[in-house]
Amino acid sequence: MAMVKDALDPVHGRAPLILGNPSYKDITEAVARPIELSNYRGWWVGFLVSASLLGVLLVSIGYLFWEGTGIWGVNNPVGWGWAIVNFVFWVGIGHAGTLISAVLFLFRQRWRTSINRFAEAMTIFAVICALIFPGIHVGRVWVVYYMFPVPNQMDMWPNFMSPLLWDVFAVSTYFTVSLLFWYVGLIPDFATMRDRSVSKVRKLVYAIFALGWRGSMRAWVNYERAYALLAAIATPLVLSVHSVVSFDFAVSFLPGWHTTIFPPYFVAGAIFSGFAMVLTLAIPARKIFKLEHIINEKHLENMAKVILLTGSLVGYAYAMEFFVAWYSGNPYEQFTFINRATGSFGWAYWIMVTCNVITPQFFWFKKLRRNVTVLFILSIFVNIGMWFERFVITMSLSADNLPSSWDYFKPTFWDISTLVGSFGLFFTLFFLFLRWIPMVAISEVKGVLPQANPHSHHGSVSGEDAYVDSAKEVLAHG
Amino acid sequence: MAEKKVFGLLAEFDSAQSIYPACEAVRDEGFKHWDAHVPFPVHGLDRAMGLGPSKVPWIVLGMGLLGATLGFTLEWWTMVVEYPTPIAGKPFFSWPAFVPVTFELGVLFASLGAVFGMFGINRMPTFHHPLFSSERFGAFSDDKFFISIEARDPLFDERKTKKLLKKLGATHIEEVMEE
Repeated sequence: MAMVKDALDPVHGRAPLILGNPSYKDITEAVARPIELSNYRGWWVGFLVSASLLGVLLVSIGYLFWEGTGIWGVNNPVGWGWAIVNFVFWVGIGHAGTLISAVLFLFRQRWRTSINRFAEAMTIFAVICALIFPGIHVGRVWVVYYMFPVPNQMDMWPNFMSPLLWDVFAVSTYFTVSLLFWYVGLIPDFATMRDRSVSKVRKLVYAIFALGWRGSMRAWVNYERAYALLAAIATPLVLSVHSVVSFDFAVSFLPGWHTTIFPPYFVAGAIFSGFAMVLTLAIPARKIFKLEHIINEKHLENMAKVILLTGSLVGYAYAMEFFVAWYSGNPYEQFTFINRATGSFGWAYWIMVTCNVITPQFFWFKKLRRNVTVLFILSIFVNIGMWFERFVITMSLSADNLPSSWDYFKPTFWDISTLVGSFGLFFTLFFLFLRWIPMVAISEVKGVLPQANPHSHHGSVSGEDAYVDSAKEVLAHG
Repeated sequence: MAEKKVFGLLAEFDSAQSIYPACEAVRDEGFKHWDAHVPFPVHGLDRAMGLGPSKVPWIVLGMGLLGATLGFTLEWWTMVVEYPTPIAGKPFFSWPAFVPVTFELGVLFASLGAVFGMFGINRMPTFHHPLFSSERFGAFSDDKFFISIEARDPLFDERKTKKLLKKLGATHIEEVMEE
């Protein structure tokens, strides 16, 4: 038995999912405690900075409503500026949350329990940020209800053949389903917070959100089934959402946009950017709230592997776009791609390639995947790169089919303040989440502890072995 | 003051390993109005309790089909019947273009059905329940496991049921009153 086991090896190292062999109570304490303390100076600094940036967003939107979209750098032919870039960027970020909570759930990837709450919260806040942009970019904001099929005195209906309308349905459905999924997952944890509360007000608020949860097994049966079905529904949904977002581009005739590769390419990019954002958020949060044994290196390494995979897919898609442009024999297509790499927005193209294609390749190396600092830094590069990807795609507009109408796009102060402000909104919501809501799914993590298996001898088998045991039992007894 | 009625007995267990056989035993005794209260869904405990499958999937299926039908009907009615507008020479009934919204509304209704159907079956929210009057019951959401047997069960006999629960390894048994 002198074999040296690599505890993080996915095949041979059957290390427990949660380190330090904690009891149920330890898990409750570790997650609930930070919420109950109030003396986090770091939290206040972060919250106030974010809230100030949120103020920047509100001022920017207020001025936009007052003055109109002319305050942005949009021009002819670049009628779609940063609003669409930011929209696609934020929607994409959201996708990792759904992937972690739904797809990994269906694949029985039990390591997800440590990070799913976190990632789902990120999804919801990112989609809120995304939804702002289509809402404010319409110019005449008082008729924004034209986007919805609302019966009106003009007897007018939206055009259901337009991808822009599909987008309205896709993104609003995505937001609703993500919110429901998140909330259902939170109910047992709100009950935990309720039952721990000392102050009356706190207890009342958590009790309202817990809906009278009593951990009843009769309720758990329906709960688990509803949760699994939500996961099964959310999986095609998450693929459809970014596909529909890509239709906004692909269904138009513009060279560089009108390609069939867009839906899978957008979905891969969305997952890529989302996982990077989960790392960017989780690495500092687990340190500040001392949750390193629950969100441990194994979880971070797994996310790095997903980034490597999806980043390579994105790199492949970039190459394939060039190949198809050449192979199509269409001179407009060919020009667009050569212009992308060498034209006036070439600088943005190479930022994109550096961040999205080269950065993830570092994750081939085990040493780098397991180095938390490296992960954090590289995840920020990916975030930047994915914003630039959407910028590069949108800037195809600047050189369209008619050379006489070509123009360069320059963002204005208000473009920048709106983007920066949207980060303020995102982080304000995120800091409120960290302060009031359990950031790790307490009941789910308890379920993957070794002692959670009703047939194990206390603590003698690891979580995954226990899971295999119980799976065998299901097969044996139906 | 009116005499308070007994709601039932609440037995506390220490681990998933001890509540599992206890549930099997209570099931085999033939109790109907009883429940287990656990911090996380203990694997297989529903079978140990003799519970049937959940009805939630049927609600989800029904709602999903309803949503998709409504979506498609809305698109057909607005684009073909109520407000036919020639757009890029496409036929009014361009059904492939109606697929995304049909799909999204199917998904939306199915997930609303999953969540609110589950709430309905579980009778959530129920903010007042006799079990909440127990001082110890709150530990179910932390690290304790409970079995509650209600007094309205025909097999319920305070002395005998208490004895049974004790025999099954309950670490603490208390009587819970109706509110």
